[in-house]
Amino acid sequence: MNQGLAEKLAPWATAIGLVGLWWLCVDLFGIESYILPSPLETATAIYTYRLPLLANATATLATTLAGFAVAVAVGSVLGIVIGSFRLAYSALFPILVAFNSVPKAALVPILVIWFGVSALPAVITAFVLSFFPIVVNVATGFATIEPELVDVLRALGATRLDRIRKIGLPRSLPYFFASLKIAITLSFVGSVIAEIVAGNRGIGHVMLIAGSDFNVPLVFGALLVVGAMGTLMYAVFALLEHRFTGWSVRVLEYPTGG
Amino acid sequence: MSLIEVSGVDLAYRSDSGNRRHAATLALAGIDLAVDEGSFVSIVGPSGCGKSTLLRVISGLMRPSRGVVRVDGTPVDGPLKSVGMAFQNATLLPWRNVRDNILLPLEIVAPHRRRFRKDKPTYIARADALLHTVGLAGFGDRMPWQLSGGMQQRAQLCRALIHEPALLLLDEPFAALDPFTREELWGVLQTLCADRLCTVILVTHELREAVYLSDTIHVMSARPGRIIAARAIPLARPRRLELTFEPDYIELVHELRGHIEIARAA
Repeated sequence: MNQGLAEKLAPWATAIGLVGLWWLCVDLFGIESYILPSPLETATAIYTYRLPLLANATATLATTLAGFAVAVAVGSVLGIVIGSFRLAYSALFPILVAFNSVPKAALVPILVIWFGVSALPAVITAFVLSFFPIVVNVATGFATIEPELVDVLRALGATRLDRIRKIGLPRSLPYFFASLKIAITLSFVGSVIAEIVAGNRGIGHVMLIAGSDFNVPLVFGALLVVGAMGTLMYAVFALLEHRFTGWSVRVLEYPTGG
Repeated sequence: MSLIEVSGVDLAYRSDSGNRRHAATLALAGIDLAVDEGSFVSIVGPSGCGKSTLLRVISGLMRPSRGVVRVDGTPVDGPLKSVGMAFQNATLLPWRNVRDNILLPLEIVAPHRRRFRKDKPTYIARADALLHTVGLAGFGDRMPWQLSGGMQQRAQLCRALIHEPALLLLDEPFAALDPFTREELWGVLQTLCADRLCTVILVTHELREAVYLSDTIHVMSARPGRIIAARAIPLARPRRLELTFEPDYIELVHELRGHIEIARAA
């Protein structure tokens, strides 16, 4: 088979294989549907609850993207500052690491006390969970600029702003996009956690309600929906990455004839 | 009159590991050096003697611990503006094609940066002319990684010269190249310098290269670096590669090698 086609089909084949394995386990061991529903029961649940799932998935997506957007803005700026100034690195980085080590789920009840049961705690949780990889990556892009290149620019009389614009930003773009792929999936984790702990809408909320009703097929259906959304957003950012930082991927030049 | 005057320059590195003041390492000691306008000067010496450090001090990128550097009679405090620099690594920006890499200084240096957008076609023509001079005609649209090491160094020389700097500082620009390419680039550099009024300071450990290109060669001792000899190179210009087989040239190289031996032993 054609190599390219095989690579395109491979992820779908794996997915189908996993679903098959899941189904086989359910049938083989006679697992009850309130423990582990079969793929068919899950699909049926998704179909039955398609309208509420759609509405809540939209809500989750909006929450996630809002938190993610803030994470991109704050993360980039912090990354540039930390990567450009050694003092800023010493002052901020240890604090950020400490902050990132706090289990974010534990923050949700506090956020609820502050902001009430609304979308806001979910937006903040999505932001808090996803901005750290952006900071670290952008800072790495800035901090690893070749010193000779800095000399070339300084000897031309370049200001710090010149250096950030002409070298720092383009150079850190591949790091930035790599971090976006991680950050967007973490954003989903954050918003869904917040919705489960204290939400009044969103996929996480659906899972909580369905769980308490022992409607386990719907819980699994909701999980699949979140997974699909995360994968879709990941693909979007992988595409953007390819579009904007194609220069960082060297393509082998195959000689054509002669 | 000398364009550059280095007088009594010491440079001590303070190693800032931990809070304790470690004994500072002396990299340069009592350097005196004068470079005439329009001349080509080489600085040679054993590795680790502080040649590159001296270059950074002259360009104002590093502040000497003692002594003073004057350019055009004015003491240097802070990076000189619009100096051309080239290094052993080509340091081209991988996200720009060769032409845009060469145009970089024009986006930064004072009179050009304001006109850059408006006069871009003129500047592009200038970049392409320069690429033609160094034998890279037609390579402007390539990305840096598509070029061989020698071609990247040619492009780097173009970038260092596009804004017509009064001072060109070269830090072993040919050290990573194979001998044939290196000798070819000596010719390229000589042509580039003959076409414009440019003062060049070249740091190298390749004595044949220094003799071939320079008007004057300064020999540095092992660390802490001090100037232990200066030698004028009276060979006529333009110089051709055949020169490297002639007795005058070979004798000069031998003489310098003698100085280096002493410097290494010291």
